[in-house]
Order: sequence, then C-alpha cells, then structure tokens
Amino acid sequence: MLEIEGLSAHYGPVRALSEVNLKVEEGSITAILGANGAGKTTLLRVISGLVRASGGRVTAFGEDITAMPTDRIARSGVAHVPEGGGVIPELTVEENLRLGALWRPDRADRARALDEVLELFPPLAPRRSKAAGTLSGGERQMLAIGRGLMGRPRMLLLDEPSLGLAPLVAAKIMAVLRDLRADTGLTVLLVEQNARSALSISDYGFVLGLGEVVASDDAATLLADDQLRHAYLGF
Amino acid sequence: MTTFFNLTLAGLSSGAVFAALGLSLVIIYRATRVVNFAQPALALISSYVAYSVTKGTGSYWLGFAAAIVVGTVLGIAVERLLVRPLRNAPELSPIIATMGLLLVLQAVAGMIWSNEPHAFSYAFDFRGRFSAADLFAVLAVLVTATGVLLLFKFTSLGLRMRAAAFNPEVARLLGVRVGVMLTLGWGLAAAVGSLAGLLAVPPFISPTVLDEVFVFALTAAVLGGLDNPLGTIVGGLALGIGLSYVAGLLGPELVPLAALAILVSVLAVRPAGLFGRATARRV
Repeated sequence: MLEIEGLSAHYGPVRALSEVNLKVEEGSITAILGANGAGKTTLLRVISGLVRASGGRVTAFGEDITAMPTDRIARSGVAHVPEGGGVIPELTVEENLRLGALWRPDRADRARALDEVLELFPPLAPRRSKAAGTLSGGERQMLAIGRGLMGRPRMLLLDEPSLGLAPLVAAKIMAVLRDLRADTGLTVLLVEQNARSALSISDYGFVLGLGEVVASDDAATLLADDQLRHAYLGF
Repeated sequence: MTTFFNLTLAGLSSGAVFAALGLSLVIIYRATRVVNFAQPALALISSYVAYSVTKGTGSYWLGFAAAIVVGTVLGIAVERLLVRPLRNAPELSPIIATMGLLLVLQAVAGMIWSNEPHAFSYAFDFRGRFSAADLFAVLAVLVTATGVLLLFKFTSLGLRMRAAAFNPEVARLLGVRVGVMLTLGWGLAAAVGSLAGLLAVPPFISPTVLDEVFVFALTAAVLGGLDNPLGTIVGGLALGIGLSYVAGLLGPELVPLAALAILVSVLAVRPAGLFGRATARRV
C-alpha cells in the first residue's frame, strides 16, 4: 500500500529524517509516534510532496510518488489532513467539504460523499452554510477529516488529529477512525503525540526519535513495552 | 438639485471604470498578494491594440474583442514569466517587478504607437448628460463584476481559485492545481483591466492616459480592503461619485488631490478598508 525506503529529508542543514523504512499494510491503521521534533510531521509532508526527500523512495499503490507534485499525489488517492486540520476559515463548512472532492469528475458521487460525511459528523450538518472559522476545535477537526474523506481516498494521512482537543472529543475522533476502517477498509496513517490513544485503535506502530525509526511492532506489543513507553512515548 | 443629480450621474460612469480597474487589482492581490502596478500598462497595450484593429478594420467591436483577448494573454504571460519566477523572492520583489514592467510597457507603447495622442472612439454616442457611452460603461462593468462575483461564489472553479488564494498548501493537498488557478486569476484580472482601459481611454490614447485612472482605481481597491471584490466595486462607484462632486462643486483641479486625501485617510483610519473584516489575515 505505502512503502517508504531509506527516506531522508533536510531543512537546510538540519536533518529531519534519516534513512526511514516503513510499511503500511492495506486496510490497517498505523500509528507514527514520538516526541516533538522527532520527524513525524515531516514524514507526512514528504509522503504528500510538501517537503522533498533528500534521499530514498516513497511508493504508494505500487507507484513511485517521491517526486510527484502534491496535487497529483492527492488525486491519486492520498488524503493528508495537516496539523491543525488546515480548515480554510474564510470558506463555509460546505465549501470546505466540497473542495475535498472537486478533482473527482463524478458529480453525483460528490454529492453522495457530502451526504455521507455530514452523516458521519452530525455536528457539521446544521452549520454547513456557516463560515468554517466559527467552528469549535473539535468541529474543525471533524471538518478537516470529513474534507479528506470527500475525495474517497485510499489512504488517509492524519497529523495530530487530537491536538488541543478535550479528551472526550479526542476519543470520539479516534472512535470515528476505528469505525471508518472497520466499515470501509480505509488505510490510515496516524501521527500522534498521544501514543496511548493512538495505539488503542492501531494495528501497528512506528516510533520515531530524532528522525530515525527507533522501534516498530504490533500496537499491542508497543503498548506493553514499559521501557519504550518511558523513553519515547511519555506515559 | 439638478446639479447634484447631474454630478451623481457623471460620477457613476467614471466610478464604474475605477471599480473595474480596481477589481482587476483585487483579483490578483487576493490570489498572489501582489499589487499589480503593471495593470494600467497591460490595459494600455490592449487599448492600443483595439485602436490599431479598429483603425484597420473599421469595426469598434473587433478592436474591443481583440483588446480583451490580448489583455488576457498579457496577464497570463506576466504571471508565468515575471511573477512566478519570483515566488520565493522577498514579498516586495514581484511588486517592484510589476512597477518596472509598467515603465517598460509605457515606453514600448510610445515606440510603437508614438507618444502623440491618437483619437480613440467611444463605444456609443458620448454626447449629452448621461450618454449612451456612459450607460454602456456602467452596464458593462456591472455585468462583468457580477459575473466575476458569481464565478467566485458559485462555481467549482471559483471555489478552487479562492482556496488557492486563501491557503495554497491546503489547496494542493486537496488536489487543486494551484499554479493553474494563479494563471487563470491573472488572465481574468487582465481581461477585466482591459475592459476598464477601453472605457477609460476615450477620447484620446497616449502612453500615460491611464496613470490618473490607476491612482483612482488603487484608491477604490484600498477603500474595499484590497481583497474584497464587492467592496472594491462599491468603493469605485462611491469614489467616482464623490470625485464628481468635488469636480463640480469645488473645481476639477482638486480631483487628484481629493483622491489622494481619501487614500491617505483610509490607510490611516481603516487600513483594512471600509469593508475589510477586522480579522487579521495570516500571510
């Protein structure tokens, strides 16, 4: 599904990722964990082409996307919900959502996707003609994820979806992701600082430390590894 | 009272021109955060093209159409060849580059068509208080502006263009071809600017004929908040009417001074424009 081999990335002279190897199985939820500055966000940004790799390769759906422009990667079925959601506050809720599907030619299916997303996130429905800037933090995150789903992606990249949310709201978002995968077989790559909640819905986990993969295993095994938890996951 | 009425009508048609040229600045500003100082020069070149085509074919409307087409192509070329290569340069660079282009194009126009004024015809009869030409100017601008607003608000292309302007990175993540949207925006803006030129130029065309109109258009755009198309149209019309009062009641020599006074006051008191929202935008 997604294969990352020997991936490196730099910001000027600063090395953000070094020789990262990682694999995401189709239909799985895979968590990327690690402290601030470990390279989690950079990893997602390299996958979607916002940051160019300085070495290595990203393969998605059997196609090398390492040098592909961001908009083409999106149109190939990779939906990246950036940190904070990237909701456009000047546009209405519905405009934000519609934007996620505009590249798809099937008009009728775009309308269906809109209905499905509004059903998936009921708080958005009554606010669809309001400016997205008026939403609460939790609603914004729902909008951002919903917008990603509008394109009917094969893979969803999520950057810290629970950041800054009340624990209850964060748990709700995690539950939605778990149900989505169960219902539709969507592949999810989930970046989180909140390791415990991310691992609770994940199949696999990769732990990054200073731009390198320091551990990778089944989610359950990672959760049970006390030493790792203390050293990298902070709980 | 009649004077007042007449001045209002007179202001309406010049205001429509300020609104159109202002709109062309705003379309570009909100897409690229560049004030396109070359806009009057693009409108100038397309108006000269209209002059030559009309002179050669005898048809005003052939010239009109040629001007809009040439203007659009010029706008696209400026974005691709001048502005895009500077996208990673400091913010001021593309603005300075468009200023440079303004001077170059004005000089080129003088070389091709000479610096002497040539007669440039109106679309319709221009005699009378609110002539057919005035009516055409107001209608053409209102129809164009409405079209642009509807395009932005109600079409999927418009939605993509707005998304590319508000947050290019997120737009890319959603599959929007941001570069194409920018190019289209510049083409559209230059077409609107060319229309403004065709309406503003008569009765005579010379390389500096649009300079003063450009100052008024910039004032209209600033009145509207620089990234608010509707505000700019209202600002342009209000400015046209206001300046018409100044010309009629105080004397025409005070018009440029009044426009600059309005520009400075707005920038000092309401830098976000009369219609700008108070929310600070991240740039």
